[in-house]
Amino acid sequence: MSSIEISLQSQLGDFNLDVSFETPARGVTALFGRSGSGKTSVLRAVAGLVKTPQGLVRVNDEVWQDENRFRPAHRRPLGYVFQEASLFPHLSVRRNLEYGWRRVPEQERQIPFHDVVELLGIGTLLQRTTQSLSGGERQRIAIARALLTSPRLLLMDEPLSALDHGAKQTILPYLESLHDEFTIPSLYVSHDPNEVARLADRMVVLEQGKVIAKGDAATILTRLDLPLAGYDDAASLLEGTVSSHDHTYHLTWISTHGGRIAVAREDLPVGRRARVQIQARDVSLSLRAHSDTSIINILPAKVIDTHDISQTQMLVRLEMDDGQTLLSRITRRSALGMGIREGMHLYAQVKSVALLS
Amino acid sequence: MIFDWQPVWLTLKLAGVSTLILLVIGTPIAWWLARSTNWYKQIISAVVALPLVLPPTVLGFYLLIMLGPEGPVGRLTQSLGLGTLPFTFGGLVVASVIYSMPFVVQPLHNAFQSLGQRPVEVAATLRASPWDRFMTVVIPLARPGFLTAAVLSFAHTIGEFGVVLMIGGNIPGVTKVLSVAIYDHVETLEYGQAHLLAAGLLAFSFVVLLALYLLNGRLNRNHQP
Repeated sequence: MSSIEISLQSQLGDFNLDVSFETPARGVTALFGRSGSGKTSVLRAVAGLVKTPQGLVRVNDEVWQDENRFRPAHRRPLGYVFQEASLFPHLSVRRNLEYGWRRVPEQERQIPFHDVVELLGIGTLLQRTTQSLSGGERQRIAIARALLTSPRLLLMDEPLSALDHGAKQTILPYLESLHDEFTIPSLYVSHDPNEVARLADRMVVLEQGKVIAKGDAATILTRLDLPLAGYDDAASLLEGTVSSHDHTYHLTWISTHGGRIAVAREDLPVGRRARVQIQARDVSLSLRAHSDTSIINILPAKVIDTHDISQTQMLVRLEMDDGQTLLSRITRRSALGMGIREGMHLYAQVKSVALLS
Repeated sequence: MIFDWQPVWLTLKLAGVSTLILLVIGTPIAWWLARSTNWYKQIISAVVALPLVLPPTVLGFYLLIMLGPEGPVGRLTQSLGLGTLPFTFGGLVVASVIYSMPFVVQPLHNAFQSLGQRPVEVAATLRASPWDRFMTVVIPLARPGFLTAAVLSFAHTIGEFGVVLMIGGNIPGVTKVLSVAIYDHVETLEYGQAHLLAAGLLAFSFVVLLALYLLNGRLNRNHQP
C-alpha cells in the first residue's frame, strides 16, 4: 500500500478537528488553508507531538497510530521542519546536523551526509555557530537536519513563512530540487497559493478543522467554488515536457497534449518534465486563432464554467484539449459581448507564463 | 590563637552533600512543575516554597519531632537499624535539603519554563528519546539555571543556623558548623575567633555570588538565539 492515510478527530475547546484523507506516498501534498484552519494541528498529530483521542496514521504499510497503538514522536521515522528553524543554540551547525543523523542506525541511513550538505549549499556553514546565520541559512540547516534522519515522511510547517521575500526566493529552488532528488513523500503546510503552485502535486484544503477539497494541485487551484480562485492572483498550473529550444529567439518550448507553450529560454534538457504557472489575469479570450497578434501562446480550449468575482470581473474556467485546466480573468462586459457560455470552444491568449520547474 | 578548621570543613561538606542531593531530587520536581498542568501542582509549589517564609526554628522543631525516637520517621529509621537522625551529620543533611529546596527548585523551574516546548519537540522529531532529550537538550540549555541553583543552595546551606541548632546541636566534628561556631565564640566572648570566621564567611559568600552573576551574564550572552 504505497500511500499515506490520515484520519484524525479531536476536540480542543470549541475547535473541532475532523480530518481524513489518503494521498499517494510520493511527491508533495500541500495542506492548504487559512491560519486557524487546523493545518498545523494535523501535522503535529501526524508527527506524534500531540495525541488525538481518535486517529489513524499510516505511512505505506507502517501504522504509526490507530485505536490501540500510539508510537511516540521519536519512534516515527519522519522529518519535521518547523516554521522557525529552531536550531539548537548550544550546538554548532555541524552538531545540529549530526543530532538526528547519529540517532539513526547506520544501516537505516539512506541519504548520504555529503549529498544533503551539497544539495542545500551549506558546506561553508558547517563550522559556524547558529547565532551567526541569516534566517534563510538557518532554515536550510533545519531542512538538512530533518533530511539527515532519512525520513519516510517529511513534514513541513510553513517553512518559508518566517522569511523575508528575498530569502524565500532563494530557498524555493532548494525545496524544488529536494523533491526531485530524494523520493521522500512530504506533507507541506501553507497558506500561500503561489508556494503551493510551485511545490505541490496534490492539495488538501482545510477550513475550520474540516477537509473541504482534495485532489491534484492543478485542479484544486483552479476550482471556482473554492476561495482559492477568488484570490487576486488566481492562477492555473500546466504540466508538460520540454520539447525544443529556439536559439534564434531565445525561447524554450514546452509541449502539452493541449498545445505548445513558449517561455523565455531555460537551460533544461529536452524531455524533462516542466510545470508552468499562468496567472488568470494574463489570459485573454478570443473566438478565433489570431495570427496578427504579438501573443505567441495561443491555446484552444473549451469553457467549463464561469464565476463572477466582482461586479466588473469574472473568472472563466477552461479545459484544454488534454483535459488540463486554465483560468482566465476577463470583464463581464467582454464575456457578454463574446457570448461566452458553457461548452463553447475558443482560444486562450496567454500573455505571460512562469516556468516553475 | 589556634585556628580551628574543623567547623569550616564540616560546613563545606554539609553544603556540598546537600547541594548534590538537592540537584538530584530538585531537577525532576522542577521539571514536573514546569510541564504539568495538574491543578495540584500549585500545592506542591507552595510546599516547596514553605522554607522561604517559615522561621528556621519552626522547621527545625518539626523535623526534630518527626526524626526523633517517637516520630514517624524516627521509628522507621530505628526499625531499619539506622538509629535516629537528630544530632548526627545525616540529620543535618536531611534538614538542609528541605531547608534549601526552594533555592534549587525555583531557578530550575524558571529555566525549564523559559526553555519552552520547542527544543524538546525538535529533538523528539530527530529520534531522541525522552531521557536523551533531557540530557542533550534540556540540561545544556538550562545550564544557567543549574548553576544558579547549585550556587544558591550551597551558599544558603552554609548560612543556615536555626535549623542546625534545633536538629544538630553543637557537637564538634559532627554538627558544629561555621554559623554555630561563630555563635559559640561570641557566647564565650572570643571576639577574635568570631571575627575571623564571620569575615571569612562574608568574603566567601560575596565572592561566590559575584562569580555566579558574572558567569550567568556570560552564559546568557552566549545563548542568545
